[in-house]
Amino acid sequence: MESPFGFETLFHLGPVPISRAVVTTWGIMAALVLISWLGLRRARPDGGPVQTVLEILVGTIEDQIRAILQRDPGPYLPLLGTLFLFVVSANLSAILPGVKAPTSRIETPAALGLIVFLSIHWFGLKVQGLGGYLGHFLKPNPFLLPLTLLSEFTRILSLMVRLFGNMMSHELILAILIYLAGFILPVPFMLLGVLIGVIQAYIFTILATVYIGAAVGAVET
Amino acid sequence: MTIEMISVLCAALAVAFGAIGPALGEGRALAAAMEAIARQPDASGTISRTLFVGLAMIETMAIYCLVIALLLLYANPFVK
Repeated sequence: MESPFGFETLFHLGPVPISRAVVTTWGIMAALVLISWLGLRRARPDGGPVQTVLEILVGTIEDQIRAILQRDPGPYLPLLGTLFLFVVSANLSAILPGVKAPTSRIETPAALGLIVFLSIHWFGLKVQGLGGYLGHFLKPNPFLLPLTLLSEFTRILSLMVRLFGNMMSHELILAILIYLAGFILPVPFMLLGVLIGVIQAYIFTILATVYIGAAVGAVET
Repeated sequence: MTIEMISVLCAALAVAFGAIGPALGEGRALAAAMEAIARQPDASGTISRTLFVGLAMIETMAIYCLVIALLLLYANPFVK
């Protein structure tokens, strides 16, 4: 069986091998940009159906972030909203025929985890200042400093592996079911996959929000 | 037993035993959250959001076992 850590090269762009996950990722980004551009090209107070759907989506994400952070979601909305929309469409892209979810390869969750890791420290430094941000590592007890620093890395690792493991294992279960039982039996499991994809995207975004909230001093973890 | 056989056996054992603890923990957490929602339906938004974050934390243990199993199966350092 093909390894989930493997690297599926589609073509070479000069000396750089381009994998299938990268092509799917760029396709998803193009689709998201295209939908936003088409929906908001002529934005009016009484906009069309696409604009209304986009407004409801952004408003819901804004409310959720405000409920967790207990402060103005303005600076955090672009990053977290884009993360949620990208992860949800990446997870759900697996239901299109011939497309594999890019999040079921290790490299896409790793890149998302790196973005979250860097933005936690960026927001922490920006809101609390250098002294305040470094001080919050000593917060419960200075003796716990090694564990606090270690958990900075392990929580990002588990954030990444949670998304990767869920999507990859779902793909693997579908492959085993098709191999064992043919074409009809996997359909309910593919429906379950839609649910899993949305829930995992929600959990990814909520955890990123909680980590950023802890860095800016809004919530306790 | 060759190193491949031992690796496959250990991968199965890691997932099987590693799933027991998180399963029991997630069951307890879910039961407590449902009881809390039944007592206070107004707070169901906060409770379920905290539940999701908590379940994700509990699930981390099972995910580490999955990583060990995947490393043993696909990226085993002892198999040439």
